[in-house]
Amino acid sequence: MGKKGIETLVGTFVLLGALAIVFLALKAANLASFTTSSTYSVQARFDNIGGLKVRAPVKSAGVTVGRVASIALDTKSYQGLVTLELQQRFTFPKDTSAKILTAGLLGDQYIGLEPGGDDKNLAAGDTIKMTQSAVVLENLIGQFLYNKAAESGDAKK
Amino acid sequence: MKLLDVPQRLGEITLGIMRALGHNAAFFTELVKNVPAAVRRFFLVTAQIHAIGNYSLVIIVASGMAVGFVLGLQGYYTLSRYGAAESLGLLVALSLVRELGPVVTALLYAGRAGTSLTAEIGLMKAGEQLAAMEMMAIDPKQRVLAPRFVGGIIAMPLLAAMFSAVGIFGGYIVGVVLIGIDAGQFWSQMQNGVDVFDDVGNGIVKSLVFGVACTFVALYQGYEAQATPEGVAQATTRTVVISSLAILMLDFVLTALMFSSL
Repeated sequence: MGKKGIETLVGTFVLLGALAIVFLALKAANLASFTTSSTYSVQARFDNIGGLKVRAPVKSAGVTVGRVASIALDTKSYQGLVTLELQQRFTFPKDTSAKILTAGLLGDQYIGLEPGGDDKNLAAGDTIKMTQSAVVLENLIGQFLYNKAAESGDAKK
Repeated sequence: MKLLDVPQRLGEITLGIMRALGHNAAFFTELVKNVPAAVRRFFLVTAQIHAIGNYSLVIIVASGMAVGFVLGLQGYYTLSRYGAAESLGLLVALSLVRELGPVVTALLYAGRAGTSLTAEIGLMKAGEQLAAMEMMAIDPKQRVLAPRFVGGIIAMPLLAAMFSAVGIFGGYIVGVVLIGIDAGQFWSQMQNGVDVFDDVGNGIVKSLVFGVACTFVALYQGYEAQATPEGVAQATTRTVVISSLAILMLDFVLTALMFSSL
């Protein structure tokens, strides 16, 4: 085989490899939906963030409108300080509330935004005032047992 | 006298290990130093990519397809118990892109290409071709070893990417075409869960590291082989054993570095 033939075969090989990488990036991964659109960040304080992770989606009415950028502990109030990056094209009223929700019974946790009725919109650097923490199963069970015990105590009286 | 033998043996073993490590490191630095010269004569590298990459294509594609089929079947069996059969695409893609693609490709590469590199160079040494080159003032490390080194490093990530892509296609054939999972769910779950940089990118980095390790082991064993038929046979065996162990150990280290959230 001549030099040209080998070069053609190697070129085909490299091309196939590049095609495979493009396939993995576009079809198997999320490069196509990778948003380069500009975002603005707002903050929210939660009493308990549960299992929320960085890069978890922020959804409103089920539609993904942004991502969790960072999670920190506010050492003044001892609350979880979550920074949300929302896409510029979505604006929310100032009295929007944020909840930490779970996708399905065992799914990942995400932040749900429920828009309020304020005329002014959230701007970059604002803080969402109304928040609802993640549901912690242990607390829920503890509360349930406590109520049960209280009920049976009432019945005995 | 017997009591004194113990520290003496221990010292001998320790020095042997240190000597081998030093020898490996020196060989590696010399190879890396010769890489620019090899890249300048790229036609030598092209020929090696042809020998290493093109000839490995069939085995890589066939194995990738088979692994994809099996992942599809086994994944469906487990996932359908939890009513999560739609996540099959995610399971197949993540296991291929993160682990199986780079690792199985590297193991196959060690068996298919590593052995032939070792045997070729070992026989060149046995036939005193390398010595003849040195007589003509041609550095065999630059002319023979470095192009193979570069070729192997270029070919490995491409092969691993093809393995993963074909494997995902195999999972699609079993999951969607044979079992009947919804195709839209299959792809969208996959796209939601697989990250371009964290998963695909790290997989490519992994296969690059394996490419360096495997090719280096094969070249070292060939170059240091005893110049006899038995010597070349032993060197070829050692290439497969050492490469495979190195791949699996490196995989653990790389996985711990890349994917643990610690």
